[in-house]
Amino acid sequence: MSMDRREFLKIAGSSTFLATIGIGAGWILSRPGEFLEASQFSQTKELMKAKQWAMVVDMRKFKTEEDYKKIINACHKIHNVPDFGNPKDEIKWIWSETFDHAFPGQENEFMPEQMKHKPFILLCNHCENPPCVRVCPTKATFKRKDGITMQDLHRCIGCRYCMAACPFGARSFNYRDPRPFIKEPNPEYPTRMIGVVEKCTFCEERLAKGQMPACVEASNGALTFGDITDPNSEVRKLLNANYTVRRKAELGTRPVVYYILDIPTSVVPGGEGNV
Amino acid sequence: MFEKALVGSKRYWTWIFFLLGVIGIGFITYLQQFKLGLGITGLSRDVSWGLYIGQFTFLVGVAASAVMLVIPYYLHDFKKFGKIVILGEFLAVSAVTMCILFIFVDMGQPMRIMNVILHPTPNSIMFWDSVVLGGYLGLNIIIGWATLHADKKGIRPAAWVKPLIYLSIPWAVSIHTVTAFLYAGLPGRHFWLSAIMAARFLASAFAGGPALLIILALIVRKFTKFDPGKEPIQAIGKIVTYAMIANVFFLLLEIFTAAYSSIPGHTYPFKYLYFGLEGHARLVPLMWASSILAIVSLVLLIFPSIRRNESMLALACIALFVSLWIDKGFGLIIGGFVPNMFEKITEYWPTLPETIITISVWAVGFLVLTILYKVAVSVREETAGVELEH
Repeated sequence: MSMDRREFLKIAGSSTFLATIGIGAGWILSRPGEFLEASQFSQTKELMKAKQWAMVVDMRKFKTEEDYKKIINACHKIHNVPDFGNPKDEIKWIWSETFDHAFPGQENEFMPEQMKHKPFILLCNHCENPPCVRVCPTKATFKRKDGITMQDLHRCIGCRYCMAACPFGARSFNYRDPRPFIKEPNPEYPTRMIGVVEKCTFCEERLAKGQMPACVEASNGALTFGDITDPNSEVRKLLNANYTVRRKAELGTRPVVYYILDIPTSVVPGGEGNV
Repeated sequence: MFEKALVGSKRYWTWIFFLLGVIGIGFITYLQQFKLGLGITGLSRDVSWGLYIGQFTFLVGVAASAVMLVIPYYLHDFKKFGKIVILGEFLAVSAVTMCILFIFVDMGQPMRIMNVILHPTPNSIMFWDSVVLGGYLGLNIIIGWATLHADKKGIRPAAWVKPLIYLSIPWAVSIHTVTAFLYAGLPGRHFWLSAIMAARFLASAFAGGPALLIILALIVRKFTKFDPGKEPIQAIGKIVTYAMIANVFFLLLEIFTAAYSSIPGHTYPFKYLYFGLEGHARLVPLMWASSILAIVSLVLLIFPSIRRNESMLALACIALFVSLWIDKGFGLIIGGFVPNMFEKITEYWPTLPETIITISVWAVGFLVLTILYKVAVSVREETAGVELEH
């Protein structure tokens, strides 16, 4: 059988291609441990356990600017969140936004000024049905067994699909190298590299040590954290005793950060003097 | 057959080296972006996709449009497309190449691109988009090469090519449907959350892609001995006309739903794009330019007497292409991000490095297209006069 050059190249080319696929597949299959999904790792080390962590933000307890600052600083400091000083490249895990921007569409022109422009503490909602997890093409963002919406920053390809998908603007992208912009780096917590997306993790590293999230600890009781599936948890007690709202609940993402509104007593019928 | 791309006139090589020069400048600029991060673009926390993803979206449409030649030729036995169908298939190859490059330059961690394959995630539309785009690229390379090779030898293509051609038809529809699904399934992005998104994508694709093909066919005729023929060009002109009417109709449907329902979240992006919102109006001139060009192209296309004049047809196609490029390659993406999730406005405008990288990706596309067309045209010049039968 004679074979011309073209024929030979065809066969050589296609067999190289098939061999590459075969070797690649074999290599992956021979290393099951290395290709486990991050979400498949058990979290046995944790001292604090839950089926779904959740948070209740009691807006009645936020009085001064300082109340917000110390919460935001506590988080950003321990997590090495950089400060670029410009909104374009900004990275934030927890921040404040006035009512009309935190709950767009819920405001009305006649509501009391102090309500409309009251800053709310915002963070990742750790949704039970998170669109960011749904869209991530590499499972770099995933749902943990304890309900935390977590991310594997070593797997993230920086496509920013999760940022387009999150209805809460909770995600930030490292547009620049963050390291030179961390004022006092915390050696206990990793810094991030360029080109990955990050956000609040409900302080999973602290939960693993039996500690409350940093923001909760710094909040003087304004933030309450616990397992929402446990009827005796502090969060459930608060939800039971108060009228609470969630951001954009109508979108069906099932956020687990709840807000107790600070309704001025003067606008509640018979409110004044009744408290 | 590839050797045909290695011999050419002085003009051919000047064009090739010009493109290589542009690509070189873009590559150096990309190295800067690779080192410093996407911070050198106009993208921000609020507008996290921009020119790159817009080009990707637009070019998926150009790629899908090859089907507008494949269907009449292979399903309806419309023989007149025999000479030109290869130009559509090779345009698809070039467009998908650009799509892949635009995704690549948009990534924060491009060296991890294989993670999409190492950790396949069927719930992510982006995963499916990479699957369908990769498949479509392969299909068009194989089909284009096999049919052209058969033409060169004056024989029919091998029997296995036909099933691939039939497969390429739904596959072309799938690439643009899946690309529309990237946007149309996101809670909270009101501008994109529309069931007609995929249909609108396809309509604009079937207008814009064939319009570009007409322009290319006219260029090929001017600079080579290969004449795609007057009639096929007129037939494509009709396709462009119908598709553009459908596209404008779909856009008006979107505007009706937003405007008549008056739901704020749905109206804001349209207000921002066409009138400006709270004093922010950076995209307004562009969007109106797109609208005016769309009307101009439709006027030129709808009247057969105007359309039959090839210079007027070319003019209409250029107007239409630019109109759709603005609408889909720019407005559609930015409109999804403005206002942001807090109903605040952050505007976007591409930076110089971002623009250079974008132009150079287009240059890569033109390089691929030039080489493929050179091969196709050389083969056609040799077999001129021989009736082709696939």
